[in-house]
Amino acid sequence: MDNENIMMINLAKIKEILNTQSPDLTEDLARQSSGITRQYFGRTITLYTPLYLSNYCSSYCTYCGFNNHNRIDRMKLTTRQIHLEMRQVAQTGIENILLLTGESSKATPLSYLKEAVGIAKHYFTGISLEIHPLETEDYRELYRHGVDGVTVYQETYDQTRYKEIHLSGKKSDYAYRLKTPERVAASGIRQISMGILLGLTDVAEDLWALYHHLGRMERLYPGVEYSLSFPRLRKIKGHDFAICNVDDITFIKIICLTRILFPRVGINLSTRETPRVRDHALGLGVTRLSAGSNTSVGGYATLPLQGQEPQFDIEDTRTVEEMIQLLKTKQFDPVLTDWRPIKNEIV
Amino acid sequence: MKTTELYISERTEDTPLVIAGKVFTSRFLLGTGKFKSKSILEETIAASNAEIVTVALRRIDLERHEENILEYIPKRVTLLVNTSGARNAKEAIRIARLARESGCGNWIKIEIMNDSKYLLPDNNETLKATEALVKEGFIVLPYMFPDLYTARELIKAGAATVMPLGSLIGSNQGLKAKAFIKILIDEIDAPIIVDAGIGTPSQAAEAMEMGADAVLANTAIATAGDPPLLAKAFAMAIHAGRLGYLSTMPEIHDTADASSPLTGFLYEKS
Repeated sequence: MDNENIMMINLAKIKEILNTQSPDLTEDLARQSSGITRQYFGRTITLYTPLYLSNYCSSYCTYCGFNNHNRIDRMKLTTRQIHLEMRQVAQTGIENILLLTGESSKATPLSYLKEAVGIAKHYFTGISLEIHPLETEDYRELYRHGVDGVTVYQETYDQTRYKEIHLSGKKSDYAYRLKTPERVAASGIRQISMGILLGLTDVAEDLWALYHHLGRMERLYPGVEYSLSFPRLRKIKGHDFAICNVDDITFIKIICLTRILFPRVGINLSTRETPRVRDHALGLGVTRLSAGSNTSVGGYATLPLQGQEPQFDIEDTRTVEEMIQLLKTKQFDPVLTDWRPIKNEIV
Repeated sequence: MKTTELYISERTEDTPLVIAGKVFTSRFLLGTGKFKSKSILEETIAASNAEIVTVALRRIDLERHEENILEYIPKRVTLLVNTSGARNAKEAIRIARLARESGCGNWIKIEIMNDSKYLLPDNNETLKATEALVKEGFIVLPYMFPDLYTARELIKAGAATVMPLGSLIGSNQGLKAKAFIKILIDEIDAPIIVDAGIGTPSQAAEAMEMGADAVLANTAIATAGDPPLLAKAFAMAIHAGRLGYLSTMPEIHDTADASSPLTGFLYEKS
């Protein structure tokens, strides 16, 4: 694995790497990966916090706590609540915010998103969205309003499996979702986060497809800053939808392999992961960590009054301040500010 | 520290580095990205004796939520804000204006990249940004791919220097672009600062020996086990390379050069 070219690795090789039960191989991957990460990113880790705006959803995705068949209280933050939530998060010093919604263009239309982004600009310097897929024109509007990044995961590239778990709603359209990163990039938005939900299908095959998708995006839109996420499926309300469990060893191998193949790509790690995994993954290839996360709508300032079901349970409950201190102890510079808003203009 | 100062002060024949009328005794520019802590950065700046330090505006916390990087940069140093993150001239211009409005001065390193894989500078956009920012009164130091035509246009547009890359940024590959940087050194009447890809003190010395006016380094130092020590080594190497250049070193030959003439016997009086 001393070649950076994705074309030099094939599916069989990925399978072999993930399936070989050899501590030496894992160690070798980790050493290469940590060296590359140190070279390209130095000892810095960017921190961000997710903020849920709404849990209304018109899609039925069997693994998601927000799906429209789940009987949960639906809620959408009001203008006042958006201010309250953001003020609360901003007090931690976080400057990068990820705004999330369920997949509902009815409950959270473009106008609502634009309003939320407009408010976020008062509190944060870097604004990203994880929302239902839009058309290029809509992304362009959001970009002009100050959106810097969009997160959109294909979840799985196995089309049969995709149909089985995305039963209805807009998200059941595999092809439309697949083309979403291209529509985002065409709008001028500077950061795109892509990913797969680990546990839905054969991990090696999904990983291989994701690498190809990223490789294609890099060719088409070389100016975009890409990052990848590998969320592992978690239980929601007692259900376990993972058909295969991705253990910690495989998970770490995925991070390392990704870093070796894509030296400059960002790798995100959310609070779905345990403190133990997060703390150890730090030096191995991860470049961006979420911190102080709450995955419920209104979870930062409004929740104490009205309890909401989270999208998924978080494993790492440490505060932003605790993460900052931890990073310093581990000799990493926590990066809170990683972008200055400049007026985004279409060129 | 003392050793570096000694090396630097012993040379008196050298003319100082002058950029936009400002005189610098150090020919080492230090970048501030990728350091594990702000305090290590502070120590490294001190050890480097650098008089020009680059900072990415995107990383400056103007709202003062965190440790502000600017507080770790001594006042004696000229702050050179870079436009990291800019993908085109318009974005670079906005970043430069924001830097000036935020009190970061008017020295700007234009850094425009529209390729997240190789991070190569876009010379066309860099030229456009240079033209615009010079008109707005900025002191412009453009980071560029070593192309003679672009370098000429940049200087014509009013750039204070040109900063050609040695090799891919952060790669530590050294002077992959040596032959083309040499052309700039020979042909451009402005300071040539070799930027990007310089991974070792010897590579920095090599750039200086061939006549570069200064060297900028960041990644290699920031990611070293002992950044202040490596910064000191770079400072000494850059100075050593400069002295070598000034000495008009003899050329390097591929074959042995006999010190006695081979045909002398023909002219000997028997």
